[in-house]
Amino acid sequence: MSDSGAHPLQTADPAAPQPVLSMRDLTVSLPDGMERAHAVKGISFDLLPGQILCIIGESGSGKSVTAHAVMGLLPPSIKVTQGAIQMGGTDILAAGAETLRDLRGRKIAMIFQDPLSALNPLMTVGAQIAEVMMAHGVGTPDSRRARALELLDEVGLPDPPLMYRQYPFRLSGGQRQRVMIAMALALETSILIADEPTTALDVTTQAQILKLIRDIQARKGMSVMFITHDFGVVAEIADSVVVMEKGHIVEQGSADAVLRTPSHPYTKRLIAAVPHLTGTDRAHPVAAPAKAEPLLRVEGLVKTYRSGSKLFGTERVVKAVDGVSFDLWPGRTLGVVGESGSGKSSLGRLLVKLMDSDSGSILFEGSDIAALKEDRFRALRPKIQMIFQDPFASLNPRSTIGHILTVGPVAHGVPYAKARASAQDLLTMVGLDAGAFGRYPHEFSGGQRQRVGIARALMFEPKLLVADEAVSALDVSIQAQILELLDKIQRDTGVGMIFITHDLRVASQICDEIAVMQRGKIVESGPPSQIFLNPQSAYTRELVAAIPGEQPGS
Amino acid sequence: MSTASLSEPRSRWWQGRAVRRFARHRLALIGVVMITALTLACVAGPWLLPYDSLYIDLRARFAPPMTGQHYLGTDPLGRDIAARLLMAGRTSLLVGVCAMVLSTLLGAFVGVVAGYRGGWVGASLMRMVDAFLAFPSIFLVLALAALLKPSPTMITVIIAVTSWMEVARIVEAEVRSLREREFVQAGRMLGLSRSHIMFREILPNAMGPIIVAATLTVARAILLEAYVSFLGYGIQPPLPSWGNMLNGAQQYLASAPWLAIVPGITITMAVTSFNFIGDGLRDALDVRSGPG
Repeated sequence: MSDSGAHPLQTADPAAPQPVLSMRDLTVSLPDGMERAHAVKGISFDLLPGQILCIIGESGSGKSVTAHAVMGLLPPSIKVTQGAIQMGGTDILAAGAETLRDLRGRKIAMIFQDPLSALNPLMTVGAQIAEVMMAHGVGTPDSRRARALELLDEVGLPDPPLMYRQYPFRLSGGQRQRVMIAMALALETSILIADEPTTALDVTTQAQILKLIRDIQARKGMSVMFITHDFGVVAEIADSVVVMEKGHIVEQGSADAVLRTPSHPYTKRLIAAVPHLTGTDRAHPVAAPAKAEPLLRVEGLVKTYRSGSKLFGTERVVKAVDGVSFDLWPGRTLGVVGESGSGKSSLGRLLVKLMDSDSGSILFEGSDIAALKEDRFRALRPKIQMIFQDPFASLNPRSTIGHILTVGPVAHGVPYAKARASAQDLLTMVGLDAGAFGRYPHEFSGGQRQRVGIARALMFEPKLLVADEAVSALDVSIQAQILELLDKIQRDTGVGMIFITHDLRVASQICDEIAVMQRGKIVESGPPSQIFLNPQSAYTRELVAAIPGEQPGS
Repeated sequence: MSTASLSEPRSRWWQGRAVRRFARHRLALIGVVMITALTLACVAGPWLLPYDSLYIDLRARFAPPMTGQHYLGTDPLGRDIAARLLMAGRTSLLVGVCAMVLSTLLGAFVGVVAGYRGGWVGASLMRMVDAFLAFPSIFLVLALAALLKPSPTMITVIIAVTSWMEVARIVEAEVRSLREREFVQAGRMLGLSRSHIMFREILPNAMGPIIVAATLTVARAILLEAYVSFLGYGIQPPLPSWGNMLNGAQQYLASAPWLAIVPGITITMAVTSFNFIGDGLRDALDVRSGPG
């Protein structure tokens, strides 16, 4: 692969500021037997003072390895074989362990994707912030405490004295990420490395955290190296962008230039694959068949989770699904959109009866399945199938693809030879080689596995398909392909689909109608044009506004 | 739309990561070599030795090791100890392995059902496991052995009945975490029956810990059999077992120490070897420990 698209920012100009961090020709080797020899090969870029530099790439592009190399945090099996990382006057790669330890926290700080596992569960958040200062021998216990309270306030956490005494598990994901940022700020570091800090967060929380990072960066004049896979996030905060593919930098430049006029085909492909909010409704070749009855009519569905004990007065009741009603017509897709904890996944599980509802009815082709016992419902299962979120967990690692596809039909009395033939047809239909039949799931990539998951759901020629976050775990380019596949399948088979997602952009691509859920209730539903261009409820407006890098309808 | 590119050849099981890691575990390899040697000797040895294990030669009583063709000496009746040791090995190893198979089957069954069903079914099964664990197993074995006719089959069953609980606990914990995985949900979505999901979908994924527990159970069973036979409740003479050879040796500890040393060392060898193999398997199959 040539680096023709990569032009390291010119620093020869005498007026240009000195970079705070400059990476030259960095090559990091992977141990033998991995899929490629180098995690990153020959990458160079500069981080200028007061700038937010986004490193963007899909999974396996080497973006995280780059960040860890800067921190000197690479595992021993992965070695830097070439290049230099200059920070101020020090070469990080040549520095000893002591120097590095001092740099970390004092000069460079890092925040991680999962703030829960990055925080110590047994220490209060205040103590953890103070610990950063203590580890570098800064201040007295009193001054550290005062500074920690100041930082908690600075990152926008309410009631700092109370927050100081909280344990991480008591905080929400967004609050934990704020604590991580406070820790990173504790010593007035000049460089902040953020490794996918908003990926695990809800869209409204993500918008707040991005704003916080941008505010703090502007206020303190820090330099931020921001690692992400989401072009929406890049458009929100980046000053300059580095695009990575398979360990190489394919393109770099200012955010405007890369986003508006990408020069490398990979960047173009990535940007094209980013799902955009479409304010237009989905076109159907023929008008909806005027059927008197919907495929699925859900009325007043309720599911309540109880934990603790009634006896000891510690019972907690959470209404996961609280009186949900909707209709779904054959050949149409209903999107169920909401943030985590909104009850959208519980709703999906109720519809395929992986979980029993407390009250309400699910009329499937006119008959109520909500109250059916598992034994009676088993005969109906083939008609209602599900596509799962995690393509790695949803396929049995000990079964061949063939077994995974045929086991269901065979259990329902289909002769093996017939099941095998239709499995091979379906594999071709979802874009896999028919030779995949005899192979095991670990031989496939995430996107390929998700295709297997889709083929499994189609084995019975179902009437209703419930897709629970079916594309959330995939890279954007794969995401686009899977959405296209689902769309094609629906046009070919006329299956009705419930598409559950947290991503409004994805929902806008594939849904005829969208239901927005919040705390177990549907707060608004309607066609995409209404939801995105003319949202009626305040919550929907908030959701739409929080989507990174989007102006609705543009 | 992309098509799966699957040009590379499929990897064979012996090229797998677990096998590689096991082969790097030196003690485990020693264990495998020792057990293989011991098993081969017990299977083929009695035919190769010049004396039958039941042949009594009163003129050669208490012969110390390396007298004539009595390589390991003779016992108080003048029987060749080498021949008896290998015949005893057949019994002891067979009892150990059969007890392991029985207890693993029972333990895995209870564990899978308890783990998958959960609720009151799981709770009562696991309380039963706790109840069995609460008995000091050695007294349970002795009491049962005293009541029942101590044939090798009976000893095997008795040992199995007192050692399945560990497997059950391990499997239950494993299945409980597997139960929440999406592929199990997918099995339910496909309308598979409960027993199909439990034994065909979940159980193969719990094989790693089961194999480790089973290996360690063999070691335990051999030790337990030796213990019971030593106390005189186990395998009855003239059928030799490592345990009752020790029993016969205790009167002559001072005058003919080799009577005790030979079976004693053999038991130690067998048990440590199985434990080494168990440790090696644990390290090889446990994805969380160390690099690949």
